[in-house]
Amino acid sequence: MLKSLRSRILIFLAVLGPGFITANVDNDAGGIYTYSQAGAKWGYLPLWTLIPITIALILVQEMCSRMGAVTGKGLSDLIREEFGLRVTFVVMTLLVLVNLTNVMANFAGIASSLELFHISRYISVPLGAVGIWLLIVKGNYKSAEKIFLFACVIYVAYIISGILVKPNWTEAAIYSFKPVLMLDRDYIEMLIGLVGTTIAPWMQFYLQAAVVEKGITAKEYAQSRVEVIFGCIVTDVVAFFIIVACAGAIWSNGPKDIESAAQAAVGLKPFGQYAYLLFSAGLLNASVFAACILPLSTAYSVCEGLGFESGVDKRFGEAPIFYWLYTLLIVIGAVVVLMPSFPLVKMILFSQVINGVLLPIVLIFMIMLANNQRLMQEWTNSRFYNFAAWVTVVVMIGLSLALAGISVRSF
Amino acid sequence: MMAESVLFFTELLGLPVLDIRGRRIGRVRDAAIVPLVHPARVDRFLVGGGWAWLTVRYDQVASISLEGIRLSDELLTPYHSDEYMLRIGRDLLDQQIIDVNGRKVVRVNDVTFEIRSATGNGNGHHGPNGNGRNCLYVLEVDVGIRSIVRRLLQGALPLLVIRKLQRAIPPNSIRWEFCNIVEPDPQRRLRLNISHEKLEKIHPADLADIVEELGPAEREAIFETIDSEVAAEALTEVDPKMQASILESLEPEKAADIVEEMAPDEAADVLKGLEESTSEEILEEMEVAPESEVRELLEFKEDTAGGMMNTEFISLHESATVADAMAALKGNEDQLESLNAVFLVDGDGRLTVTVPLARLFIAAGATPLRQLATETLISATVTEKQEEVTELFDKYNLLALPVVDEDGRLAGAITADDIISVLRNK
Repeated sequence: MLKSLRSRILIFLAVLGPGFITANVDNDAGGIYTYSQAGAKWGYLPLWTLIPITIALILVQEMCSRMGAVTGKGLSDLIREEFGLRVTFVVMTLLVLVNLTNVMANFAGIASSLELFHISRYISVPLGAVGIWLLIVKGNYKSAEKIFLFACVIYVAYIISGILVKPNWTEAAIYSFKPVLMLDRDYIEMLIGLVGTTIAPWMQFYLQAAVVEKGITAKEYAQSRVEVIFGCIVTDVVAFFIIVACAGAIWSNGPKDIESAAQAAVGLKPFGQYAYLLFSAGLLNASVFAACILPLSTAYSVCEGLGFESGVDKRFGEAPIFYWLYTLLIVIGAVVVLMPSFPLVKMILFSQVINGVLLPIVLIFMIMLANNQRLMQEWTNSRFYNFAAWVTVVVMIGLSLALAGISVRSF
Repeated sequence: MMAESVLFFTELLGLPVLDIRGRRIGRVRDAAIVPLVHPARVDRFLVGGGWAWLTVRYDQVASISLEGIRLSDELLTPYHSDEYMLRIGRDLLDQQIIDVNGRKVVRVNDVTFEIRSATGNGNGHHGPNGNGRNCLYVLEVDVGIRSIVRRLLQGALPLLVIRKLQRAIPPNSIRWEFCNIVEPDPQRRLRLNISHEKLEKIHPADLADIVEELGPAEREAIFETIDSEVAAEALTEVDPKMQASILESLEPEKAADIVEEMAPDEAADVLKGLEESTSEEILEEMEVAPESEVRELLEFKEDTAGGMMNTEFISLHESATVADAMAALKGNEDQLESLNAVFLVDGDGRLTVTVPLARLFIAAGATPLRQLATETLISATVTEKQEEVTELFDKYNLLALPVVDEDGRLAGAITADDIISVLRNK
């Protein structure tokens, strides 16, 4: 009995990584801003969305990791094999565009979080870019994954800063389970933003590729599923504390619009140096983390889908397109943040529009692939699962299209 | 090569098909090879007219050009799925194949055909225009940017414009002879005449890299069909975690055949990674001699000298001469590739000295081996920790280290390549 428990824990540690990392990177600079804004403006009211968000995230992520474990192939591989080159090319082009703006947003996050510590962006951004580039090009994926897992642990900073703010826990508990709907345009836009940023296309590509890279097999899948679910829950626990921290620190002194996650950190200052420092450190960590993973995941997905050599274990000359794409994403993402005249906010709105187009395509492909008997054998979706997955996908598509619509209007 | 004699699969798709009187009956939807008949010739064209697809046999075609395919026969049969066909559009395009020459896995973007004129050598088939009939032969499989551009532009621009545009991009193609399709279904493998024999010529380390890139079903298919000796060498090079999943997916008999061919220490390492019931099943299927050797090694902990050592070594009695050693080497030719030293033992099998192999070559045949031994005897006991063994190799610059049991009897040997693996996996 004891032995089987031990071996179970060992297997769990062996599969730990992909699901946990993916879900945590979801709380990147953009995500933290969305949660901070929700808490600062609406207090505890938006908390009820977290449970449905977690369930949706688990449903979608689970399909990807299952496909990776059963087929041993990445999502872009499967899309290419089942839907052909043209479709893959369109999906990859959109993916590169969306991810590029995400990289920009995260370099902006690095810049603004370090500016809180009085470090100029003209120092922090170039150093960050070079560091991120070297980590992957000169290191290997195994060691990088360990660093990534460590980065996941730093998210605890948000939990601590949430506690330091001493929010109203009774209200937080009540509104976690009590749905509040108001026919207020700003409130509805906030809800859409909250849900719409949760499931991003890149996550599905990254997660499935990481599961394959890790060599997780259909046999270990039970443990891998636990890992995915665990990762999704931890992620939304972090989101909960970000919202609660901003509700307790900012909203309780009067609802307020904030313009960046860094501004939210400043709002925490009256509650002590630590709450403020931890919130800023969390933002820095999240931004660096996402700026690492996004370019890497993009380069992998594109090269796999289009059949170019890929992999950090190959030399530059062996996989030129992979390395060029990876390098360019970092360089453009970093340079743009240093150009004062660059319309970053417009770019992010634009990326939400492309996201609204890309996400439905990817989610529908995923359900089709997960139901493909030839690929998935006995591991296809069950009927109930399919029902739940379709409901999730339809809701997600509706919300991301709505978000795209809002973004078009704000241009 | 003459540009006119080449046709790409993307161009073939959608070409109009004209009957004897020049009326269009449909467009090409796919083309198929029947490998059991001919490994490269396009045997059937699948043509889509109104509702159903029709099958055109290669000997019903008069001419093939960018303008279309002209037929020489009217009797076309409706298409029905045929297990002996390798359909290029369905089974090859966008799929992964192995480039045997370049030793890597590639994804097929397009296929290049050569248009050849049959000279009508009276092989039994003859339509009205038997002589000079055009046939398509698969020449190359295209990968890389040029073929991607071609496929993306197809249909958007005229064929000749695309041909002109793509000339600026260097081609990247693999000759059809060097392409190896991986088919997981054994029945379909037979029907499509697919073998993995070409893979046996690839260096095992490269083959290991290739299988690591494939999906589990394809991986299993390769290990199931290739020669056990090659499979054993390749499996040794595969990532340990994947080794276990490969062996678990194979039938126990096949897995046992492969494990038997591995060096006993490596076999023991692989089996340790498996679940106990599976490794027991495999051991039971093995021949008696290798089985007991591997079982002995399984007793040792992985991070001790006993777990690291190999039980294949050459030992001689302490009174032996160079000539005896030479005779022993001749009797163990399969070990020569990785052999660095021979060991001398006394009447009870206790280790006395180590003789570096190279010293044998400069000594006369009658020289007693003891005279050639290293000055100090360095050995490890089976329970010695891995770190201490590694340290010995570093300190004394060893290539081989004898391992003895509690009574000082020679039990096995550790070689430098074992140490390199240990260090790399840290």
